[in-house]
Amino acid sequence: MTIEAAFHIQRGDFSLAVELQIPRRGVSALFGPSGCGKTTLLRAIAGLERDPQGYLRVGEELWQDRQRFRPAHRRPLGYVFQEPSLFGHLDVRRNIEYGFKRLPVNGRRVALDRIVDLLGIAHLLERQPHQLSGGEQQRVAIARALAVSPSMLLLDEPLAALDMASKQEILPYLESLHRELEIPVLYVSHSRDEVARLADWLVLLEAGRVLAAGEVGELFTRLDLALAQRPDAESVIEATVAGRDEAFALSLLDFPGGRFRVAGSRLPPGSRIRLQILARDVSLTLERQSKTSILNIFPAIVDALSDAGKAQTTVRLLVGGLPLLSRITRKSAVDLDLKPGRRIYAQIKSVALLS
Amino acid sequence: MILTPQDLDAFRISLALAALTTLILLLLGTPLAWWLTRSRWRFKFLLEAVLALPLVLPPTVLGFYLLIALGPHGPIGGLMTALGARPLAFTFSGLVIGSVIYSLPFVVQPLQNAFRAIGQRPLEVAATLRASPLDRFLSVALPLARPGFLTASVLGFAHTLGEFGMVLMVGGNIPGSTQVASIAIYDHVEALEYSQAHWLSGGLLLLSFLMLLAVYAFNRRFTAVQP
Repeated sequence: MTIEAAFHIQRGDFSLAVELQIPRRGVSALFGPSGCGKTTLLRAIAGLERDPQGYLRVGEELWQDRQRFRPAHRRPLGYVFQEPSLFGHLDVRRNIEYGFKRLPVNGRRVALDRIVDLLGIAHLLERQPHQLSGGEQQRVAIARALAVSPSMLLLDEPLAALDMASKQEILPYLESLHRELEIPVLYVSHSRDEVARLADWLVLLEAGRVLAAGEVGELFTRLDLALAQRPDAESVIEATVAGRDEAFALSLLDFPGGRFRVAGSRLPPGSRIRLQILARDVSLTLERQSKTSILNIFPAIVDALSDAGKAQTTVRLLVGGLPLLSRITRKSAVDLDLKPGRRIYAQIKSVALLS
Repeated sequence: MILTPQDLDAFRISLALAALTTLILLLLGTPLAWWLTRSRWRFKFLLEAVLALPLVLPPTVLGFYLLIALGPHGPIGGLMTALGARPLAFTFSGLVIGSVIYSLPFVVQPLQNAFRAIGQRPLEVAATLRASPLDRFLSVALPLARPGFLTASVLGFAHTLGEFGMVLMVGGNIPGSTQVASIAIYDHVEALEYSQAHWLSGGLLLLSFLMLLAVYAFNRRFTAVQP
């Protein structure tokens, strides 16, 4: 099941010209700098932006082509805007019920109570929107969008207008949403951290064009894209919690390349977890070091190399088939005679748990 | 009581005229203001200029043209005569038509401002929540424009209550039928009947003040709860 979209939209100096396919599962992020057209693309998918030449097919259903245009209110979507945009003349409860009431009774697949609980807003229902904090308002806006039992949830930088504390408040809700409800999410963001935490699939946009699209782990580590060239380049790896080493208070996390041992809080066994590994925290050795303080050492194959400035080299490795970036000095790369296909060991000094 | 039955009639006719005119203007002006706010028609500015004419036109000029149009030889009056009806000049119905035209901008412009102030966003939100265009208008635009409706009603009512030149031209100052309070006051002053002029003027002053008081009190309360 995929979304197939093609839009050519001209707005003054800006033009959006995209043709893309997005999987209809998990979280897909439209990612790029401000003004790259990601919001326009999302609005076009929602039917809020008209493109007479546009084409949009969602799964089996054709939503628009040159002849047909399904208006926004007939597209089974939930949409969360950058600003909460709650209706000022309705209290929180009636804001949430606004779309729900407009569904045919057999279309109300999501129970309101469940959504209210999921977003932790039960105590706010009788309030007026202006009595809520920014973070609370955005949670209500998300609940309101979910209440229409959408077949897809569209989020337009739902955190961008919020301060840091409110962001931290909402992120866990977004993550649980992703786990609890099996609704595909299309997420617009210019924040790499948000994308690393939430997204499964990534569409990179720049100046109204699609630069690349693919799995997050893949795109973060592609040496021909800017993400891998940044000084803080990182890899994202998904792992499963296998258990715990109680003696040393370490969590054991399995991924196709081996087993991570990571200090930190207790995690429920079997749960999926995302690991963020900075390229500069990965060093390389030709032989496995036994006398070292580093716990996480995995056999790897060099996939590709790219110089990052005069002194440094970014190495793309495959560990159990998964891409992992390492940033080392150019001298080390020459000394170790690194080239594609070479078998080496990756030593990972530090791992951050994302969820 | 110093006021004569004729004065009371004039006061009653003024109120009836203002109320009816306001009602008609709200019914006509709401869709018109909505369309003016939303439309991207190239020549919209032409229509807006025409609609604003009563703001600057001397009332007697408007009254003069209306008198011609509504009289037995005018295009509208002629049509009425041909259909076997009475021409509208010097009738209450004629006054209502004149007042609707005369007070139109006082109702349409506040409504237009109120609709514009809502912006595009709440309507887009409603669209993503399954509301059809008509549904969005009724459930989002109308309630959010509430302060604008109050302002429009009061301005339309008060402006109709205060008209003079146009009413004199079109209505002809017929006691009991087209004589309104503002003209009755003028007649009393002409006849040096100052105490009756005082009573009628005081009544209109009080009424106008109370209406404006209601608007400002309401709008203050309304804006006080906005973020």
